[in-house]
Amino acid sequence: MNPSPPLDVVVVGAGVVGAACAYYAARAGLAVAVVDRGPVAGGTTGAGEGNLLVSDKEPGPELDLALLSTRLWRELAERFGPAMEYEAKGGVVVSATPDGQRALRAFAATQAAVGVDAEEVPAERLRELEPHLAPGLAGGFHYPQDAQVQPALAAAHLLREARRMGAGLITGETVTAIDRGPDGAVRGVRTDRRRLAAPAVINAAGTWGGELAALAGVHLPVLPRRGFVLVTEPLPRIVRHKVYAADYVADVASGSAALQTSAVVEGTPGGPVLIGASRERVGFDRTLSQEVLRRLAAQAAELFPVLADVAVLRAYRGFRPYLPDHLPAIGADPRVPGLHHACGHEGAGIGLAPATGLLISEQLTGKRPELDLTPFRADRFPAA
Amino acid sequence: MPTSPSEPLPYDLAVVGAGPAGLAAAVTAAELGLRCVLLDGGHSTGGQYYRHPAPGLGAARPDRLHHGWSVYAGLAERLSAAERAEFRAGHQVWALERTGDGFAVHATRGPEAADRVTLRARTVLLAAGAYERQLPFPGWTLPGVVTAGGAQAMLKAGLVLPGRRIVVAGSGPLLLAAASSLVTAGADVPAVVEATNYLGYARRPGVLAAVPAKLVEGAGHGSALLRHGVRLRPRSAVVEAHGTDRVTAVTVARLDAEWRPLPGTERRIDCDALAVGHGLLPQIDLATELGADTVTGPDGAVALKVDARLRTSVPGLWSAGETNGVGGADLAIAEGELAGHAIAGALPRAALLRRRARLRSFADVMAAAHRPGPGWTGWLRPDTDVCRCEEVPVAKVREAVEELGAGDPRTVKLLTRAGMGWCQGRMCGPAVACLSGSGEPGPDRRPFGCPVPLSQLAAGSAAAAGE
Ligand SMILES: Cc1cc2nc3c(=O)[nH]c(=O)nc-3n(C[C@H](O)[C@H](O)[C@H](O)COP(=O)(O)OP(=O)(O)OC[C@H]3O[C@@H](n4cnc5c(N)ncnc54)[C@H](O)[C@@H]3O)c2cc1C
Ligand SMILES: Cc1cc2nc3c(=O)[nH]c(=O)nc-3n(C[C@H](O)[C@H](O)[C@H](O)COP(=O)(O)OP(=O)(O)OC[C@H]3O[C@@H](n4cnc5c(N)ncnc54)[C@H](O)[C@@H]3O)c2cc1C
Repeated sequence: MNPSPPLDVVVVGAGVVGAACAYYAARAGLAVAVVDRGPVAGGTTGAGEGNLLVSDKEPGPELDLALLSTRLWRELAERFGPAMEYEAKGGVVVSATPDGQRALRAFAATQAAVGVDAEEVPAERLRELEPHLAPGLAGGFHYPQDAQVQPALAAAHLLREARRMGAGLITGETVTAIDRGPDGAVRGVRTDRRRLAAPAVINAAGTWGGELAALAGVHLPVLPRRGFVLVTEPLPRIVRHKVYAADYVADVASGSAALQTSAVVEGTPGGPVLIGASRERVGFDRTLSQEVLRRLAAQAAELFPVLADVAVLRAYRGFRPYLPDHLPAIGADPRVPGLHHACGHEGAGIGLAPATGLLISEQLTGKRPELDLTPFRADRFPAA
Repeated sequence: MPTSPSEPLPYDLAVVGAGPAGLAAAVTAAELGLRCVLLDGGHSTGGQYYRHPAPGLGAARPDRLHHGWSVYAGLAERLSAAERAEFRAGHQVWALERTGDGFAVHATRGPEAADRVTLRARTVLLAAGAYERQLPFPGWTLPGVVTAGGAQAMLKAGLVLPGRRIVVAGSGPLLLAAASSLVTAGADVPAVVEATNYLGYARRPGVLAAVPAKLVEGAGHGSALLRHGVRLRPRSAVVEAHGTDRVTAVTVARLDAEWRPLPGTERRIDCDALAVGHGLLPQIDLATELGADTVTGPDGAVALKVDARLRTSVPGLWSAGETNGVGGADLAIAEGELAGHAIAGALPRAALLRRRARLRSFADVMAAAHRPGPGWTGWLRPDTDVCRCEEVPVAKVREAVEELGAGDPRTVKLLTRAGMGWCQGRMCGPAVACLSGSGEPGPDRRPFGCPVPLSQLAAGSAAAAGE
């Protein structure tokens, strides 16, 4: 599809983040074109799970984004809910030991102060929420704000809506250059087939966002952090919430390159149970790791013993876009006028996509963004 | 436990698949001194071609249903005589893992896939054969509609017929073989409906002439069919199967050269079963998961890319038989023998190399002749299920492509669930690839060769250290 010039902004990347950027920009009345070298959702968006979580985030800029996104996802769900398989299912975090439960309690208290709802669930009531949970757990917390979407559908429907509002979508073309004027400001992009002139470019290239930044001459150290997810045969609803063990929070926040796993178990509307997710920094290595499979499977069976006998049909893998301080890069790059970043969301890009898109569209239209974007500035990393 | 590097691996060669290719390879390599283990998910050696009834069914004389049974019997005998070859039935391999010194072969074992086994070997030969290519049409999910190979397999393994009056349809040499087995076993076959007009073979008579055995086999099928008054309908297809609880009739239409159904040419044929197949697709996911290079064959099917000695692009991994492109049992045996020699480091006989080359070019001619034409989608309706596991209709796939930005099978799958079900896209893969407009299907990528119980993944390969 050929967007008709003149364009206000080119979005590079048709993952969920690029889709949300296009949606909010188009809604704000901007003329938008989205370019992706592959199909819609062909990157990490098609290889992630769709958890929209506040439960795993400590108070700080990321949680602020997540809370804003929670609200935006609910609005989006009113329009596209079933099409995106949106489910306000809630999360349940469990702990195996009293010490663990105490730590969860303290964590939830800090979250409550900034608006996260969390309800303590004593051990004897866990099975009311999740009848198949293993016996002997020390307790848990219920997070009603946690929700879920199917990421690829979410991206596709946001983009479809953006297109209805006039945005153009170009798939199968790689952005090979970012044009800049004599003043250094962005003038558009070049793909392997065409030139798209626009005064603004949004870098929504996910795990490849560092390469795109380099095309504009700036440093942004986005790195891949590999994750595997196991998919079981379709099952009746035996897992109702998104359920995970307390150590997951520590894994998410860890900067270590070493393999970390802590099973996150959830049902899907289609029936299969998803078991995620491992985290390790091994570059873009796609090799199926038996050790990862072993750990994820063992941890899932520990949480839900009934899963031991189910068949795992497949596993998939993806590479989370990771920045060293675990925060995404969002908003205008002070080094290059017209260049905006929307990448590096690591394991939370699905959840954080709407807030990212909205904030950037506010910046682009000269409004004051709803949240302070300073913590997400792309120039916060010293050049290597 | 991981073996220490100095400790020799228990096997020089693990062969995955005990069909003609794997069997010939294991026997050859073992006779040349390699310690071989031959694994198959089934209960015995023989694969698709030399499929025979499970012991205990009391079926007599499986040889009646087979051409070349004596060839199989000879290989089976050599296998039991070979001290260095060990056959393990009921071992379904679900992953190959590269280790520093070779491979770990991960399998489930037993009738309920109850145990996990990990075997370690210096090299692996993939001889996993092929599975049937299916193209959907209205009514294809009705009971009584079976695959052509499935009908034949039912007959060979259990000696049962899928119906009494069976239309055979689709494309490829398997149709004639299936039809002649069916009529010989007592079924009435009112028509064999073939989408091409067979002329493809005739364009390369030189190749055909070089393979007399094949011609004799084809003629054999043909005369059995003639004797039973079976009608051959070239350049036609079953465009719909009718019935409510079960198929009761089919509509057959003529096709143009691109396989587009020609309006006004429909005719109805009553039947109580339909055996339909559109050729075979190499089963290569165990290798592509390791990153092995692939090629698209003249039939549009993706096969492993191998060199003259049948090495894949993955060091230590070899491939023989249908995994290198569909070509029949004789070719599979030739490739198995060739691979056995190559892996053992022996020079193959020149005659064997020539034989393999001849059979391969014959296979390529057949493959080109039966390549599905792009017009087959003309017999689909918006409500025809493409993916029967997840019940995804054509309209939903088209919506994903036309409105949601999918341009390839993977995205179609993500947006529609086509291919996410039990068979993991083995059935709908070719159709989805075609409807997604991506032209050629990409190589299969399935991390698990078959479903694996969670508890076996959790046990890890260390559990099988004793193996
Ligand atoms: C196993 C796993 C589980 C996960 N679970 C969750 C979860 O539960 N919840 C959650 O919120 N997040 C989760 N994530 C993270 C989430 O998937 C990512 O953060 C998110 O998908 C990132 O989206 P994106 O749009 O930034 O990137 P992508 O989806 O990768 O999109 C970037 C796009 O840019 C394109 N591109 C790159 N370079 C160019 C170029 N030069 N020219 C044109 N196009 C280009 C790519 O083709 C790609 O399509 C998970 C990730 C993994 C791997
Ligand atoms: C359904 C069907 C019917 C056919 N009918 C005819 C016919 O009538 N006439 C004819 O000339 N040709 C026929 N063919 C073709 C013929 O069978 C093949 O040319 C020949 O068998 C190929 O030999 P192969 O060794 O490459 O593979 P196969 O004979 O297919 O053997 C592969 C073996 O590998 C095993 N296997 C596969 N994956 C795994 C795994 N992951 N773990 C363990 N074991 C595994 C299978 O159980 C099988 O035994 C048919 C093929 C099929 C699929």
